[in-house]
Amino acid sequence: MTTGKATKKAGTFSRRTVLKGAAAASGLALGSGAVTGFPTIWAQNIKDVTLRQFGTGVSNLNEVAAKVKEDLGFTLEMTALDSDSVTQRAATQPNAFDIADIEYWICKKVWPAGNLQAMDVAKIKNYDKIVGIFKSGKLTPESTIAQGTAPHSVGFVEGMDGTKFAKEETGWMTLIPTIYNADTLGIRPDLIGRPIESWTELLNPEFKGKASILDISSIGIMDAAMVCEALGEIQYGDKGNMTREEIDKTMAIFTEAKQAGQFRAFWKSFDESVNLMASGEVVIQSMWSPAITAVRSKGIPCVYQPLKEGYRSWGGGIGLSKNLKGLELEAAYEYINWYLSGWVGGFLMRQGYYSAVPETSKNFMSADEWGFWFEGKPAASDIANPQGQVMEKAGAVRDGGSFYERMGRVACWNAVMDENQYMVRKWNEFIAA
Amino acid sequence: MSVKSLIGAAERTSWLLVAPLVAILAFFLLLPIATIVMVSFWNYNEFTYFPDFVLDNYLYLLTSKVTLATYLKTLKFMVLTWLFCTAIGFTVAYFLAFHVRTLGMQIALFLVCTIPFWTSNIIRMISWIPFLGRNGLANSALIDLGIIDQPLDWLLFSDFAVVLAFVHLYVLFMVVPVFNTMMRIDKSLIEAARDAGASGLQVLTNVVIPLSKPGIMIGSIFIVTLVMGDFITVRFMSGGQSASVGRVISNEIALLQYPAAAASAVVLLATVLLMIAVMLRFVDVRKEL
Repeated sequence: MTTGKATKKAGTFSRRTVLKGAAAASGLALGSGAVTGFPTIWAQNIKDVTLRQFGTGVSNLNEVAAKVKEDLGFTLEMTALDSDSVTQRAATQPNAFDIADIEYWICKKVWPAGNLQAMDVAKIKNYDKIVGIFKSGKLTPESTIAQGTAPHSVGFVEGMDGTKFAKEETGWMTLIPTIYNADTLGIRPDLIGRPIESWTELLNPEFKGKASILDISSIGIMDAAMVCEALGEIQYGDKGNMTREEIDKTMAIFTEAKQAGQFRAFWKSFDESVNLMASGEVVIQSMWSPAITAVRSKGIPCVYQPLKEGYRSWGGGIGLSKNLKGLELEAAYEYINWYLSGWVGGFLMRQGYYSAVPETSKNFMSADEWGFWFEGKPAASDIANPQGQVMEKAGAVRDGGSFYERMGRVACWNAVMDENQYMVRKWNEFIAA
Repeated sequence: MSVKSLIGAAERTSWLLVAPLVAILAFFLLLPIATIVMVSFWNYNEFTYFPDFVLDNYLYLLTSKVTLATYLKTLKFMVLTWLFCTAIGFTVAYFLAFHVRTLGMQIALFLVCTIPFWTSNIIRMISWIPFLGRNGLANSALIDLGIIDQPLDWLLFSDFAVVLAFVHLYVLFMVVPVFNTMMRIDKSLIEAARDAGASGLQVLTNVVIPLSKPGIMIGSIFIVTLVMGDFITVRFMSGGQSASVGRVISNEIALLQYPAAAASAVVLLATVLLMIAVMLRFVDVRKEL
């Protein structure tokens, strides 16, 4: 921890005053609708605090760190890692971070290691406004819950030190949801030249040597399952928690396709997927939303194709290290409240992700941006990303449509299975085949 | 002072002199290897690994058909890479040592050989990807020349691409030791062979190759160890479609399966040591250096 000075200074005030000051200040700031700076005593102490956050590149953005410094006064150090390294650090190095920005399926894997502490929702100002997916599991009251590690199923524990996930809302949250999206296949419409409507197209011999799937076993198997189910070859009990037999069947179908030369390559990192698509090596593949944007920004047509079987979805959130306490813990809560207060949400939504509290994000987006990204309306003018680069021309409509159309058609969440070890072995056999 | 205590003193000095090296090797080589061996018997679950004594890691490794397939694939890469590196390395070294007359020119040309190695090997490897791709320079040139109508898919993301990258990355490791031993060959031996009526080929096979053996062997050891331990070249150049032993280990580490990774590492270490031991049976590098 890098706050020796801060804690010493904090000693000059009673802890109570500090907390009261903070609560009052943040309440005031939120009440006035603008979260900018926290005056008085609190600001004096908090500016020496440094919180170390790590996570995947998706939401570990330097712009966020800069804005934290500006709005909250303390320093947020960001480290971006790939999802394997993120899992590793969360599970094995509790002293190396204060805030873990991880995905829900990673949470299922690392929570039992006991390196994270549950959060008291009473301290989360916008808790009530968090999207239902992360609380009851339902987007709207009529929604059915998708297969896989649905965020709400690992979102709560019984108490602060709980190690077992609770079935419903308990008031103790494991992760505060920050960012999520619905994934599907990316295609090159110019090179395919006909409509694509189903996951089965990934194994269509028409695209022999021009298809790709991602080589991250826990996510790749899910895309594979979407394909096998769409083909009608396998009926899964739960794609996010397959039996050994289901894993064997899935991998057999994909091994056969691999040996027949269906795949051009397997990708592991974001930029690999961009290069494969942009260079035309691949015309249909598993892809992530910002990768589509990256291909398009090179002037190459690329569509995030909605498919009739639905989306494979994922969600991330921030969790607190077990070692956080005192002033740093309070700062972390401030950070979380700030995170949900809209600026970050707007920033992320303008990149095509969704925010956990869309209604606060709306205040930080133009009506046109909100219409395009969230409501699925045609853009009235050019849509730029947060860096100011034009991403979509006026008149464009988001692939897949509105938030409710996209998130409402989730077939499966990224997951970690009970048979994870077996699945990983089978996946390695598939890669080696 | 008695003779005995004198020997004792000399011995003590020797021990003292080797002590730093022993300490360094023990701490930085033996201790880590011992740790890896120890961890390879540990057990693990989703998120952690813990002390235990299980043979499962080895049992799975030694009975899985993936291991066999992976080792065969890695050996194939190794043999092909070695073959091309030796052929190219030997030829380049031979040219430098025997055809280039002045020492200055030899050094200059040798330095030219090292120019590609001024950049990182990842960059050297990745630059092949746009070159060999379906719409890459190689394919468009061949199509423009009318040699082919359809782009050749096997140029990239194939075993060909992997071996090509390996040869490009590691050929210098063969050139340098071979060139070094060739420079030590007494030129009068070649003259003598000529005088005795040997043809160019006979000089090569009876004089130059036998005397270059230690260099070839040192280069071979480099190439064998580098290719056997590689994980990144195979991943990038095969488009993630080929497995290698190194990739298996890196995947296991990524999935927090440290004991399994340790077991794989121990098996790989044993395999490579065995290969080097066999190679050293053919040439006594120490004697001939």
